[in-house]
Amino acid sequence: MAVNIFSKQVRHLKVGIVGIGHGKFGNRSDATVQELAFEPFKQAIEDTKNLRREDIDALVVGSVPEYHMQRSLPGVVAEYVGMNPQSTWLTEAACGSGSAAIRTAYMAIKSGMHDIVAVIGVQKMRELSTEEILALMGRVGDVQWESIFGTTFPGYYALYANRHMHEFGTTKEQMALVAVKNHHYGSMNPNAFFQKEVSLERVICSDDVAFPVNVLDCCANADGAACVIMTNETLAKKFVDTPIWFTGLGSASAQMSVLRRPNLVEIPSAIEAAKQAYVQSGIKASDIQVAEVHDCFTIAEIMAYENLGFCAKGKGGKFIEEKQSYIGGSTPVNVDGGLKAKGHPVGATGVSMTTEIVKQLRGDAGKRQVSGAEIGLTHNVGGIGQYTFVHILRR
Amino acid sequence: MPFKYFGKINFTPYTKVDKFADYLHEGKLMGTQCTKCGERYFPPRADCLACMSDSVEWVEYSGEGTLLSFTKIYIAPKGFEDIAPYILGVVDLKEGGRLISWIKDIPDEEIKMDMPVKVVPRIFEEIEEIKLYYTIEKP
Ligand SMILES: [Zn+2]
Repeated sequence: MAVNIFSKQVRHLKVGIVGIGHGKFGNRSDATVQELAFEPFKQAIEDTKNLRREDIDALVVGSVPEYHMQRSLPGVVAEYVGMNPQSTWLTEAACGSGSAAIRTAYMAIKSGMHDIVAVIGVQKMRELSTEEILALMGRVGDVQWESIFGTTFPGYYALYANRHMHEFGTTKEQMALVAVKNHHYGSMNPNAFFQKEVSLERVICSDDVAFPVNVLDCCANADGAACVIMTNETLAKKFVDTPIWFTGLGSASAQMSVLRRPNLVEIPSAIEAAKQAYVQSGIKASDIQVAEVHDCFTIAEIMAYENLGFCAKGKGGKFIEEKQSYIGGSTPVNVDGGLKAKGHPVGATGVSMTTEIVKQLRGDAGKRQVSGAEIGLTHNVGGIGQYTFVHILRR
Repeated sequence: MPFKYFGKINFTPYTKVDKFADYLHEGKLMGTQCTKCGERYFPPRADCLACMSDSVEWVEYSGEGTLLSFTKIYIAPKGFEDIAPYILGVVDLKEGGRLISWIKDIPDEEIKMDMPVKVVPRIFEEIEEIKLYYTIEKP
């Protein structure tokens, strides 16, 4: 365990990923939250060369606590996966909790406080009754001035979608095409909740949730967990032949309330986080060869294309229509199925995105491999844009 | 008139701007204005975001504004199932600031982006308990 932090000089060392694991996402009424966490943790250790559990000196858990019966999640997870007496803590940034956990692990390693850190993103969202879910759903925005009128998560994205359609001519068909793409790639991902293709007609004709958002424009609540093991440059080569390095970690916040946002056609925290990550990495948007973006709703993926600079502002609808986000297009996006097909266990999502980018950069993504990808990006949005984390990884 | 009377369901009965509910009960839509730098706030704030002064005064809003966006909620959260489907609008207020509320008495096909609207203080009349709110209506 790293105890002599004050004598170490590690800040110049790169930080990378040496092991990944990903459990099955979906309706996991077969397992407790700690049992879900165990699956990818075991896989991630086995994914390394000779890393022993006792080599890991901290465990960061990314999760949103209010969905679980079990309180204080890191306690129960650390015990079950066998990480006592190592340091453990929780990070929470709504749907961005997984990437927030990765960010704190990066800081811990970069500072020299810890050498090897495991990050587990885990969420069990199907533990609560429909009644409780509907009550939680009513408190996603500002509860003082918005929730009292019955706002909902899809409702907020519907407000974005409607304004985006008005200002840029984005269409319901273009939004539906995002779902068609992501379910297409999800059909090749054995860990995805939904592994079937859907047609454009089916998305457009699916039930109304919050106009102009239909049910197949929304991702599904799911249970699931994912894990990455991170360490510094000196140690990484001991545990893996191809470490995947972090070259940029952007993070920003935006107003909780849409009533205080500059507009309803972009996520300002995403624009700011992306800018930071590109500057830190010394690259531009067009250098990204594969991306995982936060498609909690189809309009969210369209705004992500724009906010990340994959296309110009207002051109996100065109971008999907021209298949630029398919493999073979200018920037393949969510070729693991995205939140849309994988399901969205909120705390696990950012970590899940990261495991996919690692697979892609290692060249291990099988049928959905983006050929020759060396630079990848994750874009993980919390809530309705209150938090965004943009990470750039490189082979 | 405690703040708990504001909203169909109220989640925050306590706030430094609880006089908002009194004014709404009197039929007035009020925001706050910083006494130091003059910045205005709707929704009202007790503390100035711009200059961090904690001295603000109440100012009346006309309720006039334009519709920034809207949605029709079909799947409602707990406590709102009985009124679903309902249309929510976001209004950019003439005096600055923004609010979200229900659009009332405007047929779906007449609801258009950027249309002029008027925000009107209301009391739920069909229930015994006092519940204050405001609606988005035709000017
Ligand atoms: Zn001020």
